[in-house]
Amino acid sequence: MFQQTEVTLDELRHLVSDRALTGETVLLNMGPQHPSTHGVLRLLLELDGETVINCIPDIGFLHTGIEKNMEAKTYEKAAVMTDRLDYLNTIGNNLVYCLAIEKLAGLDVPPRAEAIRVILTELQRISSHLVWLGTHALDMAAMSTFLYCFREREMILDIMEMCSGQRMMTTYFRPGGLWRDIPVGFETAVRQFIRMFPARIDQYEALLTKNPIFLDRTKHIGVISADEAIRWGLTGPSLRGSGPDYDIRKVTPYSGYEQYEFEVPTATGGDVYARYFVRMEEMRQSLRIIQQALDKLPFGPVRSNNRKYAPPPRAELGVSMEAVIHHFKLWTEGFSLPKGAVYMPVESPRGELGVYLESDGGPKPQRVHYRTPSFVHLQALPLLSKGHLVADLVAIIGSVDIVLGDADR
Amino acid sequence: MESLNSVIQILKDRFDAQICEFCGDLSLMVAPGQLLDAVRTLRDEFGFDMLSSETASDYWPEVSPRFHVVYNFNSLKGRRRLSLRVPVDGANPVIPTIEPIFPNANWHEREIWDMFGIRFEGHSDMRRLLMPYDWEGHPLRKDYPLGYEEPQFSFNFDDIAKRKHRGGYEEA
Repeated sequence: MFQQTEVTLDELRHLVSDRALTGETVLLNMGPQHPSTHGVLRLLLELDGETVINCIPDIGFLHTGIEKNMEAKTYEKAAVMTDRLDYLNTIGNNLVYCLAIEKLAGLDVPPRAEAIRVILTELQRISSHLVWLGTHALDMAAMSTFLYCFREREMILDIMEMCSGQRMMTTYFRPGGLWRDIPVGFETAVRQFIRMFPARIDQYEALLTKNPIFLDRTKHIGVISADEAIRWGLTGPSLRGSGPDYDIRKVTPYSGYEQYEFEVPTATGGDVYARYFVRMEEMRQSLRIIQQALDKLPFGPVRSNNRKYAPPPRAELGVSMEAVIHHFKLWTEGFSLPKGAVYMPVESPRGELGVYLESDGGPKPQRVHYRTPSFVHLQALPLLSKGHLVADLVAIIGSVDIVLGDADR
Repeated sequence: MESLNSVIQILKDRFDAQICEFCGDLSLMVAPGQLLDAVRTLRDEFGFDMLSSETASDYWPEVSPRFHVVYNFNSLKGRRRLSLRVPVDGANPVIPTIEPIFPNANWHEREIWDMFGIRFEGHSDMRRLLMPYDWEGHPLRKDYPLGYEEPQFSFNFDDIAKRKHRGGYEEA
C-alpha cells in the first residue's frame, strides 16, 4: 500500500545545504499567496541574511486535472478546457490544440481562418505581454505602468469579446477553422488599436527603459548564459534574452506565419533587463504582423468544409438530410481521428507551447499533454536566483513571466 | 550535417530501434536498457541539445508494455525534432532517468511519477510534483476514475467492479 508521506526536514536534506540543518541559514516560506509570485507559487527559500542560497519551487496548487478531463471528452468539447490552462494566452492554447488535431486528421484550414488566427494570436501576445509588463513593473514598485498596461489590455479584450462573446475564455478557434466569422467593426477596432499602440509602447518605455531605479533593479540580475538556457529547456523571450534567435514562428511556421515579415528580437545580456527588452520589441513586431495580416485578409469561408470534422452551417440543416446526419453525428459521438501521435509546438508569449496528442482511433483522445513554458521555466528559477537578494528574486520571477495555470495544468 | 533520415538509420542500427512515422513526425522506439546511450548519442553526436517535452501514455489493460514514455528532443541549430518512445512494463514500471544528460528532465520525470507511477531509477528527487504529498494513486492512469462513480447495471456490473478504484492503491 501507499505510504502516507509528510515532508520533513530529513526529506529536504538533499535539497538544502548543511548550513540549514545547523541553523546557520534560515528556511523561509514565500507564497503560495504572496502577490509577487504571480499566482499560487510556493517557494521554499534558504537564506543567509537577505541572500538567497537556494530556492525550491513547489507547484501544484492550481492543478485542475485538465489533461485527465480531456481524455473523457470528445475532441471538440475538450477544446473548451484548453482556455483554462494559461489564462493569459487562451487563444494560443486553442490554437495549438486545433493545430495538433488538424495535423493528426490532415484537415485543411481556409486561408481566411488562418489569417484571423494570426491576428488574434498576435493581439493575445500583446495583451499577455501587457499583463507581464504591468505586474513586473508593479513588483518593482512602478505602480503607474500597471494602470496604463491594463488600460490598453482592456481594448484587446474588447476585440476578443467582439469575436467570441467572451473576454478571456474565448474557445474561438475550433478544429478546422473558427467558430464563426469576425463581426462587422472588427477591422476598424483592430486598425484603431494598431494605430494608437506604438505611441503607447513609447510611453511605457519612457517610464522604464532609462529609469535609473528600474535599471538598478534589472541589470545583471538573474543572468543565464545561452548554453545553460538551452540545457534547461528555456524558450521564447527567456531564451532570446540570452542570445539565440530561436522562434518557432520562423523555424517551423504554422498558420501561414511564413507570409509575414517580422524580426526576432534578441538581446545578449541574459539578465532581467534583456528579457524586458526582448518582450518590448516583440510587441512592436506583433503589431507589424497584425498590420500585414489585416492588409491581405482574404475573403472566403472560415471553417473547413470537411463534414466529417466540421459541422454544417445552420442554414443547411433545414434542406439537407445529409447535413442533419453530420450535425447529429458530430454533436453526439464526435469525430474520430486516425490512430497515432503528434507533437505540435507553437510560439506562445512565454515560449514553446507544445501539445502531445495521441489518438487510439476513437472519438476521445488517448492522451493530451501540454508542454508548457511556465513549467519548464520555473524549474530554472533556482539557477537564476542563487546568490541574489530576496528583492531581486521578485524581479527574476517577473522576468521569466510565469502563469501558474500554465505550470500546474 | 546528416539528414534526419540518416540519423534515424544510424540510431536504428546501433540501438536495434523501431521506426514509427506518423503525419511527418518521426519517432524511434528504444528498449529501456538502451535509453541512456541513445539519448547521449542524440545529444553529443547529432546536436539535439534541448529536451522539449517528456511525457507518458497508458495503454491499460495491456500489461507488457503498459506504458510508453515519450521524449521529444529539439535541435536548435539543426532546426529539427525527434521523438523517442520507451516501452515500460506494467508490473514493474521502472526506467532509468535522463536527468544527468538533460537537467530539465527532473520535473518532467517527477510529474510522470506523480501521474503515472513510473519510477525513474537514479533520479535525484523522486517526490510528487503536482498532487498533494499524501495523495494515493496516480491520476493519469487509465484505471484511475475521473472522480464520478460509473452507474452499474446488471449488464456491466462485473466490468465496472473490476476497474473500480478502492481508495488504496496496490504498489507493484
